[in-house]
Amino acid sequence: MPLVKAAKLSPKIFHKDIAKIPTRNGFGEGLVLAGEADERVMVLCADLTESTRTEAFKRAFPDRFVQLGVSEQSLAAIAAGMALAGRIPFIASYACFSPGRNWEQIRTTACLQEVNVKIAGAHAGVSVGPDGATHQMLEDIALMRVLPNMIVLVPCDAIETRKAVLAAVQHEGPVYIRFAREKTPVFTTDKSPFAIGKAQILNTGSDVAIVACGPLVYEALLAAKELETHGVSAKVINCPSIKPLDEATLIAAAKQCGAVVTVEEAQAAGGLGGAMAELLGSNYPVPIERVGLEDTFGQSGTPDELLEHYKLTAPWIIKAAKRVIKRKLHLY
Amino acid sequence: MPHVRQTLAPLTDAKLRKLELQANAIRQDLLKMLTQAGSGHSAGPLGMADIFTALYFHVLNHNPRKPEWSERDRLFLSNGHIAPIRYTAMAHAGYFPKSELSTLRQLGSRLQGHPEYRLLPALENTSGPLGDGSPQAVGMAYVGMLEKAPWHVYCCMSDGELAAGITWEAALFAGKHKLHNLTWIIDRNNIQIDGYTEDIMPLEPLHDKFAAFGFTVLEIDGHNIREFVEACDRSKATWETPTVIIAHTIPGKGVSYMEFEPAWHGKPPQQGDELNSALKELRTLNGKIQSEME
Ligand SMILES: Cc1ncc(C[n+]2csc(CCOP(=O)(O)OP(=O)(O)O)c2C)c(N)n1
Ligand SMILES: [Mg+2]
Repeated sequence: MPLVKAAKLSPKIFHKDIAKIPTRNGFGEGLVLAGEADERVMVLCADLTESTRTEAFKRAFPDRFVQLGVSEQSLAAIAAGMALAGRIPFIASYACFSPGRNWEQIRTTACLQEVNVKIAGAHAGVSVGPDGATHQMLEDIALMRVLPNMIVLVPCDAIETRKAVLAAVQHEGPVYIRFAREKTPVFTTDKSPFAIGKAQILNTGSDVAIVACGPLVYEALLAAKELETHGVSAKVINCPSIKPLDEATLIAAAKQCGAVVTVEEAQAAGGLGGAMAELLGSNYPVPIERVGLEDTFGQSGTPDELLEHYKLTAPWIIKAAKRVIKRKLHLY
Repeated sequence: MPHVRQTLAPLTDAKLRKLELQANAIRQDLLKMLTQAGSGHSAGPLGMADIFTALYFHVLNHNPRKPEWSERDRLFLSNGHIAPIRYTAMAHAGYFPKSELSTLRQLGSRLQGHPEYRLLPALENTSGPLGDGSPQAVGMAYVGMLEKAPWHVYCCMSDGELAAGITWEAALFAGKHKLHNLTWIIDRNNIQIDGYTEDIMPLEPLHDKFAAFGFTVLEIDGHNIREFVEACDRSKATWETPTVIIAHTIPGKGVSYMEFEPAWHGKPPQQGDELNSALKELRTLNGKIQSEME
């Protein structure tokens, strides 16, 4: 399979023993590095220290860690106040509560004021598992993406999440970073490029471009590998920067392949799928199939069961790729 | 229908012992269910077992065979993560077969990790995101008052969720409208996920806070079923204000290795020693209650 050298992917990428680490761990590591590099970095937590992986930062920088209890609305607004005072606060909770519950506070105090609040949404997607629909955030990408001045990052593995945290500190202004609960394959490396506003081609191909974000990028790679054996050449693009999108790379891929599949563990409407439909609709319309939640909530189950149930895994990406290629060829 | 003053049936000593035994049986099924599910919350549900037993077997005016009966008392749950105790109490009360408890947290189950209104009759509300339940109970009570409805509105809540501003917005509203048909029941167990409530975000003096918001405040031992029933009785007889019952409970009550331990907030006992020793302890307690009856 024609993996792109410049992407510097893990040599173990398709091995059975590829390391599996939750993206939230990358967040926790990134925070400690950010705290060491910049004294202005603070972490605010709402009674979820361990599960958002802010524990290590708390230990390393106790005087820059703030506990608020179950108060996500003031979590956002208090952080904005600290940002106004020159700090770089990260607010960490489950994505359904932050940015779910405190969207208006984020809109006004972080985005409209254009201050340096970084929002970390943990436990995103159906892979949260048995906790069920109330705790599986699927609308956060849409909610954050429509906000002027907001940057939206959905890193694909623990290493990329760590880089996203450091990039968020460098960026002046509000940033949203989304991550997940479960262990997922670590297939990028320290050397893999990452930048806000950049998408990365992981695998060259010309029949269809699969544009994915988050841990499901790995499923997209598995799908491309399988498609190759069916004689289909699929390009895979890792698109962690949902806002701003890497328009040049994405439009070029649409031009080359003439068909696009988007993949995300979120509502496809308003998510990466929505963003791609808007971008291509205005610039270079090609058929698009969107793999994501189809206007439905999640439910309890094991993470694997749920990814399968909601049609988010490689077999479903393959089906979508074949459908979109048929549409390109006007076969239906 | 005119608003008639209602009181609860008297709680005889014999009935009290029966309720204590019932609570013990419910705790045992609760633990088995959690272990089987492999995830879920232990501390809160165990701590609220006596109150849920009293609610479903003495306090609520309800009919498990007609769960949607229009005159039923409404029981809301705001801290949805303690759903397992509600599910177990409901199964014991006859809302659904006890065998269904084994489906907790599984794909397609009516017993979701956090309770869902649309899936199981008489849940009254979906919850899990803390703070969202008590305002809904307030909305229901407001309509109940407008319509002079015969039913009462109860809402179980936690102490950790009192940090959510929405709770106090709802309290202002309840105080403004003197919602006397409303009883909030707070699981004052002093723990939340990251530790003790008074370290995370101090709530005391809680009694005074609620009094200042216009509530009649009753403080009880949440493991003393008689105290709880009497508080509910007083709440029903109170015509001037909403009532809040601050129920002092022991998180993990009944399983000594879980008691007072924030670590047991969100995990189940494991199959084997953990579950067995917990069940053994409860069976011993069962024997004690029975010997008191003789
Ligand atoms: C709005 C919101 N924020 C965070 C959470 C995550 N959460 C679930 S339970 C809990 C602890 C709250 O304390 P309490 O309800 O008193 O816990 P318990 O006594 O049952 O252990 C938290 C923070 C949530 N469910 N909802
Ligand atoms: Mg508590």
